[in-house]
This record gives sequence, structure tokens and C-alpha cells, in this order.
Amino acid sequence: MARTAVSGRLAWRVARLAGFRDETPTARTLVFDLPGWPGHLAGQHVDVRLTAADGYRAQRSYSLAAPADGDRVELTVQRVADGEVSEHLTGPYAIGDPVEVRGPVGGWFVWRPTDPAPVLLIAGGSGIVPLMAMIRARRAAGVRTPFKLIYSLRTPAEQYYADELRKPVAGLDVTYVYTRELPEGRPGIPRRIDVATLNTAGWPAEFGASCFVCGPTGFVETAADILLALGHDPHRIRTERFGPSRD
Amino acid sequence: MGVVTPGFQGRARSGDSRLPPGQYLAQDFPVLSAGPTPRVRTETWEFTVTTETGEKHSWSWAELMALPSEKPTVDIHCVTQWSKLDTRWRGVPVDTLVGGLDTEADYVMVHSYGGYTTNLPLADLLDGQAWIAYEYGGKPLTPEHGGPARLLVPHLYFWKSAKWVRGLELKTRDEPGFWENAGYHDYGDPWREQRYQGD
Repeated sequence: MARTAVSGRLAWRVARLAGFRDETPTARTLVFDLPGWPGHLAGQHVDVRLTAADGYRAQRSYSLAAPADGDRVELTVQRVADGEVSEHLTGPYAIGDPVEVRGPVGGWFVWRPTDPAPVLLIAGGSGIVPLMAMIRARRAAGVRTPFKLIYSLRTPAEQYYADELRKPVAGLDVTYVYTRELPEGRPGIPRRIDVATLNTAGWPAEFGASCFVCGPTGFVETAADILLALGHDPHRIRTERFGPSRD
Repeated sequence: MGVVTPGFQGRARSGDSRLPPGQYLAQDFPVLSAGPTPRVRTETWEFTVTTETGEKHSWSWAELMALPSEKPTVDIHCVTQWSKLDTRWRGVPVDTLVGGLDTEADYVMVHSYGGYTTNLPLADLLDGQAWIAYEYGGKPLTPEHGGPARLLVPHLYFWKSAKWVRGLELKTRDEPGFWENAGYHDYGDPWREQRYQGD
């Protein structure tokens, strides 16, 4: 495996909020101005550090939601109960306010537009964020790599990037799985991701697809096990897990 | 002090001296890994230590179980910023497995089922600082947490405590393992916040 661009000193940089979009009542996409940003690959994350007036600090890791765009970077933050960082970033954090950011981090869970292999993205809840960065990187690079996204959600109201994903894109198939509540008018009953879903909505194992799975630990374990059972090469299954504590 | 984010207060200050900089306390036990969880059967499990001259020593699961074990209670610190205090483990001290070897190696590449590797100095695995752990919280270690056995090196960031461990390769030269090639630190001391290469 080649060394990635993340080696070398990862300096803390001051980022200021330039804009935001609410994805759901509890999730917000933050757009930062981050002068000096070295760029990143789709799938990488950053560490974000907040400092209080008395010097108290808290830092968390968040996935980048969009490919590199000069000094602009985007994160989508899910507010979690008692999450000291996420509650601030999705609440009082205002345009122009600074935070410190360093990165990019993670040279493994990444997709490069130069890779011609078909891609299977499997998202559980807020695990869509780094996968959306890959979808956006595909579009930004103007490549035709065939993509499939399987997006598991509890309810339709919890979907991120709904407007963008609704627009048809050639070469990108999107399949939704709802575990608690279906959209109005959709037949069937809520269910979890299973062998049938991945068999029908994914790529046949012999296509040698790159599989990226991101979500809560239990979801990732299940999806990765199913991919193995369907014959996918374990070395082509990359996972990123959001533990419950990952504020 | 860094740049103050206006209005940010954070939660109550714990002042916990057991929490390294940049870490917060987790009550549960999150998981960090890069791919599918390997299912390794103890019937076929084998653990091998290889020296820099190619000398090999192997243990079956039954042989590992027959070795004297210890029950360390330790704090663990993940590079993704959670820490967990007073975790209870059972395992065989690494000293027992490599203590009698004739070696001039200063470094170790740890190998896992599933193909993952991580590098660290040999000295960090000796003198009661590291174990091949097979129980957590009084129960057999589950696959998602690295079972049947994982390395436990609690004084370094937790990715050094390789899950699904299958061997130690003693080396005279330090080379980056899987996570280290992906940008993580070659040593990984949580008290010095050595998260990434260059820290």
C-alpha cells in the first residue's frame, strides 16, 4: 500500500463557518472557510477542536462530506444526546465563528476517481456522510465509474442530502432500506438490510467492486458479513464504524 | 490556548487525571477496524513468534490456554478520542512468549488474521506492559473486539492492541504497519497525543 498524503505534520488550522444547511431537524451540514487547506480524498475525516473561554477543549472526528474545493470544506454533523461538541456545532455555532480543524486523516477508507472498479456504497444512518463525498467526487471528476448506493435509514425524515440524491444521475443507482417507517405510499414493511437486499441492489461478487460500508458498528458488522457470504473479496470491503460514543 | 469558539462551554470539567489530552470518557466500547471481522476458530488458531534470524515458535489455542495468565485492569485510549477506564482483561503476558528468545530486534510487526499489521518497539511489549488477551469483562473476547485473542498494550493508542492477533515478527528495523501506512503514528503515546504521523 502506498503512503498517503496524510503523512507529515498535521497542523491545527482555524476554520470559520461560511454557511450551513440543515439536512434533518438534528443534522446540519457546515461549510467552512479553511485557509491553507491541503486538499483531501473522498472518505477521509478531520479532527475538530473547540475551545471554551476558560481553556477547556473538546475534539471529535468528523467525516468530510464533499470533495476538496480550494479552501472550502464541508462536514455534516449529527446532533447526539449529551454531545458537547455536536450540540454546539448544530446549534449556537454561527457564521464567522472559529473552530480548529486538522487533517485530512485516514488513508484507507478512501475512493480515488482514477480507480475504474465499480463501487458499492452501503450507508447506515449518518454513515452516508463519507459515502456522499465519494458520490460528489465522482461527479466532480466527471468519471463514469458505475456506483450503487444502498442507504439504510430508520425513517424517511432522517435522510440526509435528500434533494441531491433524488435527482437521477447516470451510473448511480440508489436503493433505500427503511428499518422503522416507510415513505408514504411505498408498499411493504420496514426491514433491516439483508442478504436479499445486497444481492439485488449490489454488484455480483465477480465484478470485483470496491465496497465501502459506513454506519453504526452493528450495521457495519452485518453488512460486511453479508458481503463476505455473497463472495466479495474481504480485501475489497472497507469499513468505517461510528461507535455510539462517537459524538 | 487555542482559538476560542464563542459560546462553547462543553460539559462539566471532569478534571480526571487518568484522561489523556483530547480524550473523552466512553461508557460503552466502540469499535475501530478497517474491514470485515474475521471469524477465527480456536481449533485452527495458531500464534507464532518469529525472530529476525527466522527462528519460529508457535502455540496452539490449547497451548496458550495452558500458560499462566494474568488479569490486568487497565485504562484504554482510542485514537478516535474515546477512553475507557478500568477495563478488565485476562491474557498471557507477552514476556512469557518472547522472554526466553535470543534476539537483537528492537521492533515488532504485529500480524493479525485478516491481514492487518501494526508496528511498535519490542520494549513496549515487555516488562508486564502487554498481553495476548482472550477474555474481556470476565467473558471470552468476541470477534468484533478482536477475539479469540488480541494484543493488549494499554499504554499506547488502542489500534496498537491488534485484534485477531496471530503473530509477532521481531525486527531490527521499524517499518510502518497497516494503520501507520494510513497516516497513524509509529509509536502512538496517548499522553503525548501521537495520533498521526508527524505528531
